[in-house]
Amino acid sequence: MPEHHKNHVVPYKTYGFVLAGLIAFTLLSVAVTQIYLGPLSVFVALLLAGLKTTLVFMYFMHLKFERRTYIILVVFVLVLYVAVIVVTMLDYIFRIT
Amino acid sequence: MATEQVVQHQEEYDREIPKLGMWLFIFTELLFFGGLFLVYTVYRFENPKAFHFAAEELDVTIGTVNTIILLVSSATIAMSMTAIQKKQQRNTFLLLLVTFLLGVVFLVNKSFEWLEKFEHGHYPGSETLQSLGHGDTLFYGLYFAMTGLHALHVVIGVILIIVVMVKVKKGLITGERYALLENSGLYWHLVDIIWIFLFPLFYLVT
Repeated sequence: MPEHHKNHVVPYKTYGFVLAGLIAFTLLSVAVTQIYLGPLSVFVALLLAGLKTTLVFMYFMHLKFERRTYIILVVFVLVLYVAVIVVTMLDYIFRIT
Repeated sequence: MATEQVVQHQEEYDREIPKLGMWLFIFTELLFFGGLFLVYTVYRFENPKAFHFAAEELDVTIGTVNTIILLVSSATIAMSMTAIQKKQQRNTFLLLLVTFLLGVVFLVNKSFEWLEKFEHGHYPGSETLQSLGHGDTLFYGLYFAMTGLHALHVVIGVILIIVVMVKVKKGLITGERYALLENSGLYWHLVDIIWIFLFPLFYLVT
């Protein structure tokens, strides 16, 4: 049965605010990576990308207003992915060549 | 053969199951591109200098403009959801049209970028690329493969949006039945997310 109470309509303005935040983070990451920070610049760039992605997931993709199961699924997939990265890098770093 | 059963589609219209299906598909796409990002990570580890200098050849301005284009298009397709739920059929169509146009502009920009690279002899399998160091070949290989696959996804998204626009115009997608619009929006947001990571890793982290 369709759940009528899940018909939450997001106001146009909310999307406007989220877009403004996304653009701000974009310009910030461009500015920050122009300064040479060495390996830290990768970290900052990825952190900002992560924040932008979170905004897209929660607001544009509506996860904030959906049943919590979706967020759990998304987190699970991301944790799985990070686990794959960790295992790969562990293997790679300790390889003897 | 049962002849007494009458299927009442109107009452059984469900948005949740198609949405779950699209999310499951999105998970496969995230892991797919994630795998490619992992390849990038390892090869970058192995060739830090080559990746650094090769990345400087990419135009940060075009990359930033393209990023903003996709972000705005994500906002407009998200807004089209608000529009359809408020039964504003015309606004829905207009917002989708803007999304579509932005997607096309993104592809046009990408074409110009690639053409410029091709003119300099930088294309997969070219002699120029092979004569460069191993690290450069890897960087460009990854660049063309990943932005190319992403662009393919943008093309698919654009086609989806056209289909949705036609259905909105014809009144086949309404405030009561809009699963296709919702799921096309989710797909488009995925395309946006992939670019949100492609942009810094190829253009910014030099």
